[in-house]
Amino acid sequence: MKKTIKETIKETIKESKNSVDYKNITDFYNPNILINIGPSHPATHGTLRLMCQLNGEVIEDTKFEIGYLHRGKEKLGEVKTYHQWFVYTDRLNYCSALINNIAYAMTVENLLEISITARCMWIRMICMELSRIIDHIICVAINALDMGALTIFWHLYRWREEAYTMIEGMCGMRLTTTYARIGGMFYDVPEDLHDNLKKFCERFPKALDEMETLLTTNRIWIDRTKGVGRLSKEDAIKYSTSGPVLRASGVDFDLRRDRPYYAYADIDFDVVVANNGDVYDRYLVRTEEMRQSIRILKQCSKHLQSANGPLWVDDRRVFIPDKIDVYTKMEVMIHHFKIFMEGIDVPPGENYTAVEGPNGEVGFYIVSRGGPKAWRLRIKAPSFLHFQMMENTIKGVKIPDAISILGSLNIIAGELDR
Amino acid sequence: MDLINIVATLIKIILLFAISLTAVAFCTWLERRGAAWIQGRRGPCRVGPFGLLQPVADGIKFFFKESFVPEKSNKFFYLAAPILTLTIPFLAMVSIPFAENLYILNHEIPMRIARFDSGILLVIAFTGLEVYPVMIGGWASNNKFSVLGSLRAASQMIAYEISMGLALLSMILVYGTFDMNEMVRFQEKWMWGCFINPIAALIFWFSIFAETNRLPCDIPEGESEIVAGYHLEYGAMKFALFFMSEYVAMIMASALIATLFFGGYSLLPGFSLVEKGIVALFSIRSEIVNHNLFIIFQLLSIFLKIAFFMFVFIWVRWTLPRFRFDQLMDLGWKILFPLALANVLLMGIVSYFFIYR
Repeated sequence: MKKTIKETIKETIKESKNSVDYKNITDFYNPNILINIGPSHPATHGTLRLMCQLNGEVIEDTKFEIGYLHRGKEKLGEVKTYHQWFVYTDRLNYCSALINNIAYAMTVENLLEISITARCMWIRMICMELSRIIDHIICVAINALDMGALTIFWHLYRWREEAYTMIEGMCGMRLTTTYARIGGMFYDVPEDLHDNLKKFCERFPKALDEMETLLTTNRIWIDRTKGVGRLSKEDAIKYSTSGPVLRASGVDFDLRRDRPYYAYADIDFDVVVANNGDVYDRYLVRTEEMRQSIRILKQCSKHLQSANGPLWVDDRRVFIPDKIDVYTKMEVMIHHFKIFMEGIDVPPGENYTAVEGPNGEVGFYIVSRGGPKAWRLRIKAPSFLHFQMMENTIKGVKIPDAISILGSLNIIAGELDR
Repeated sequence: MDLINIVATLIKIILLFAISLTAVAFCTWLERRGAAWIQGRRGPCRVGPFGLLQPVADGIKFFFKESFVPEKSNKFFYLAAPILTLTIPFLAMVSIPFAENLYILNHEIPMRIARFDSGILLVIAFTGLEVYPVMIGGWASNNKFSVLGSLRAASQMIAYEISMGLALLSMILVYGTFDMNEMVRFQEKWMWGCFINPIAALIFWFSIFAETNRLPCDIPEGESEIVAGYHLEYGAMKFALFFMSEYVAMIMASALIATLFFGGYSLLPGFSLVEKGIVALFSIRSEIVNHNLFIIFQLLSIFLKIAFFMFVFIWVRWTLPRFRFDQLMDLGWKILFPLALANVLLMGIVSYFFIYR
């Protein structure tokens, strides 16, 4: 007997009601609609996917998916030589490439037991603080942009460009810098860096003041951010968050002060801590940290001007000679060839070195069994740890709040997926 | 109605359309230049002098884009929404007077397209319709983000319609008339409505932002939250119609707020004497010609006011962040609505004891 169309439809619905797909089929007509924020959504600023089950505007349930930007960096670390892998560090947190460069160089140097020269150290500290400012600018500006305040974005981005111009003067590239080398820096700083830094340190706080007049006391901004995405002190520790997110939750912890590397112990700066752990406090912490970075930059610039020693460490294992010597001297050319064709021989051992990145603790763990390549390379990325706590945080909030929380955590997909 | 009146009405319709659409093009330019000025950028500066021809270039681009209709949309409503969205603000503009009546060949021609005794009510009726194209467009394009946008738009526009209507009601109590020409004459004689009734002016002004979906209240679009809201699935000229309708609605709202609270086509209270003096400088004997010349001043002054309020729209947009949906609803229902109600009562008392005594 032939079935009528009506009966067929009825049967299909009956069957599909029992199947898993039924929920998806009727999603649109369901009050609990499923919505995909990302992978290409204007507010994700990267490729993340938040699958949200909505009830009206309220997100009732979420499931996150990561891996859209997975490039196998850790595995690549095992097949590339230590120098070749520098380029990959740029593409981790591409908003602050310099910090990744330097943190990686530090790890390898610790494995080699090299201590860098004073001049190199001050240059590195300037680089790190500059990129911290750049990253915080991105986070604060994008967070404001997601809540509709486009003007703050443009006002701050102007200063980001200024900082990038300084970085370009130092290493010839803007975004993907690849500036650090094991045992030194690729170039010495240009002569006009100190003037530019002085100008930057004078004018950038004024731009910050301007931004704060637009946001900090703005009723709409306070309403939008205060009490949103609150993360308690215990939860912040439990989810092993770090950086501004941790400090906004009231944990007074900063690697620069508590586990000092380079000359941070001698530098005068404050660790910014807030209490509530909401989006507003994260914004305040980041803003104040930019001011503190300016303070550090001023001191570093002074120290760098007096440190006129050599840039490179005097160690034949890692020393990269000048190009002019490579072209004119036989031994130097052979040395250069050996370093770049074979790589540096790192003694067996393992090391974990972490620095205070703009998002939190950026660490590299390298296990070496000798030879020019790492046996195992592991990256500790703050975004990854921040993203795991977000899944619980955005349950029960509204879509705009979810977006503002996402912005305040500064999830960088390159770092998240590696 | 004789021939001259019919011809004059047709001319007025054409003029209103032509001027408003040109103004829309100019407003998009102003918006972008204004934004650039506020943000320390340059804005459009390549096409024509100061980038003035940029809207034309944009228009050409919009025309030549593929007119794409999503497969699973409701095609009729999907296409009807952009048409409706531009029509309605134009209809609302029909009864806004731009000057006093003109006299040509012994005929009195009102400087608005349609002459209603209760013109203001017609405006309110048509602004109330503005929510429909948004809802229809969001629903018909069969996209979850669009539906969210149109739901937001529906609740927001209805909430603010009420406080806007109540603010208007209090002004009607003050002026004692529905005729907008009379309202302007009242303000010319006494003072601007915003000084008589500042609370209503504030409520009305804020409600306008919510009604036209401009930035502190642009949650139906909310480009970083629900991508582009109700016009997410619209491209090419269909999107341009939505875009233009926003500006037409803004011009309409500016004209309305200028007429109700800021003296309309009389530049300042008592300023008409100066204007009449300037007209008298031409030393034309005919009173009718003098009156018609005087009308040019009135047209200029209302255009000036509209331009100012358009700039305020742009200024606010590029300064403030966006509200959250529930906060906007709270503001509308819990603060503005009771305030507007109390204000109606207050204005009833004031107008009974002080104005019409």
